Amino acid sequence: MAADGSARKRTPLHDAHTALGARLIDFGGWDMPVQYKAGTIKEHKAVREALGLFDVSHMGEAVLRGPRATEAVQKLTTNDVGGAPVGKAVYTLLCRPDGGIVDDCIFYKRSDTEYFVIVNASNTAKDLAWMREQVGSMVDLDDQSEGTALIAVQGPRAIEVVAGLSPAPIAAMGTFTFLDAEVAGVRTLCARTGYTGEDGVELACPAGDARRLWDALLEAGAPHGALPIGLGARDTLRLEARLPLYGNDLDDTTSPLEAQLGWAVKLGKGDFLGRDALVAQKERGLTRQLVGFRIDDRAIARHGYAVVDRARPADAQAIGVVTSGGPGISVPGSIGLAYVPPALAAPGTTLTIDCRGKDVAATVVKGKFYQRRA
Amino acid sequence: MSTYPSDLRYTNDHEWLRDAGSNVTVGITQFAVDQLGDITLVDLPKEGDLVTKGQRFGTIESVKSVSDLYAPCSGTVAKVNAALKDAPELVNQEPYAGGWMIEIAPSERGELDELLSPDAYAAVAQ
Repeated sequence: MAADGSARKRTPLHDAHTALGARLIDFGGWDMPVQYKAGTIKEHKAVREALGLFDVSHMGEAVLRGPRATEAVQKLTTNDVGGAPVGKAVYTLLCRPDGGIVDDCIFYKRSDTEYFVIVNASNTAKDLAWMREQVGSMVDLDDQSEGTALIAVQGPRAIEVVAGLSPAPIAAMGTFTFLDAEVAGVRTLCARTGYTGEDGVELACPAGDARRLWDALLEAGAPHGALPIGLGARDTLRLEARLPLYGNDLDDTTSPLEAQLGWAVKLGKGDFLGRDALVAQKERGLTRQLVGFRIDDRAIARHGYAVVDRARPADAQAIGVVTSGGPGISVPGSIGLAYVPPALAAPGTTLTIDCRGKDVAATVVKGKFYQRRA
Repeated sequence: MSTYPSDLRYTNDHEWLRDAGSNVTVGITQFAVDQLGDITLVDLPKEGDLVTKGQRFGTIESVKSVSDLYAPCSGTVAKVNAALKDAPELVNQEPYAGGWMIEIAPSERGELDELLSPDAYAAVAQ
């Protein structure tokens, strides 16, 4: 990999990032902005207080089409994607037969015979191969990742700014719905979804139109305090909203039940990949579960740090693991997520985390770290 | 390419050192600050602690990562920048001034001759 990033994949907005003074890093083979000139903390606050623009064009997109499309998505997904009304965006897991998570993603129901799906960038190839293997004979599977750009507009002023650039009834959209909307003259799939804990939309558009849309949004948002937002703030925002990150908090070895995503698992919808394993896991009981924690001390517990019980024998003290962690920016202290035994999962429980050789006390907390005002 | 203050000496680990004749002041360079991003926590030794050239004397946490701080010379910690406890962002804002970290009373002044000149450091920091 070249140090200057020239060998990495670029989104259609790469030139815009360079012009905006972004610091670019390798993110799963993509040359992506980790921050712009303002820096992560100011970018985070802009999203909480005004609005921010995210280039998430590295994410993967596909269309599942055909008379058996609903049957296919019902087989692939844990949530009741096929039973959702047309125009609904549905968060779901894709599970392996053993219940491990292939990916978390959002399906968009266009009709009983057509679904759009957006998947994690680092999993695009894996997911597409998985879908082909499992339902390739049932549906026409069209990988649109290459030709599709994705821009997220998030924050309390986001809807106002996007609605001002569109004739579509964007302000009237319900949460987790989508519509085909022209925004700044660009044809988009506009979904009222996001990954920040704020109101906002995610706009999918043809790659060739991305720069025009990005510039128009930035210009219209500037009087409201809009900033471009890098991956650094994307991570601090999603963690405060307690949204899991695949590769950190979820992977092929974790189950949706362990990850506390049971709300996105509809065991009653009929058979799907992983259902039997999840039913069995539910009957058996969990051996670990994902909890949120807060540290009031001056310390940050990061991905991979061990949750320890010093009362146990020296070789068996690691009883859990931190999967995400960082400083709270809109909330006090530092925060994180960890897998722990169910006996330690109750809110208020004190955990001990080995922070690079120093034991730090953390408190299990319930729910989101940050909750936006209604 | 950045330039680095000519009155300072540097390490390969991106610390700077200012020699005031008796004690030396230590911080991290603009290059290090740019790599780290927003700094949220600086963990420093206490006055009177001993530090050893090339060994860890503290840690610095940014939003995204944690890094060790390495002593550019051996000696005794004479002073600690207490302002960083509540205002770690000073390291981002003025790495060569208000963002200084510790003062060391060197035990081996000869070690200072091994540090990098601004030009030599500029070749390292890219």
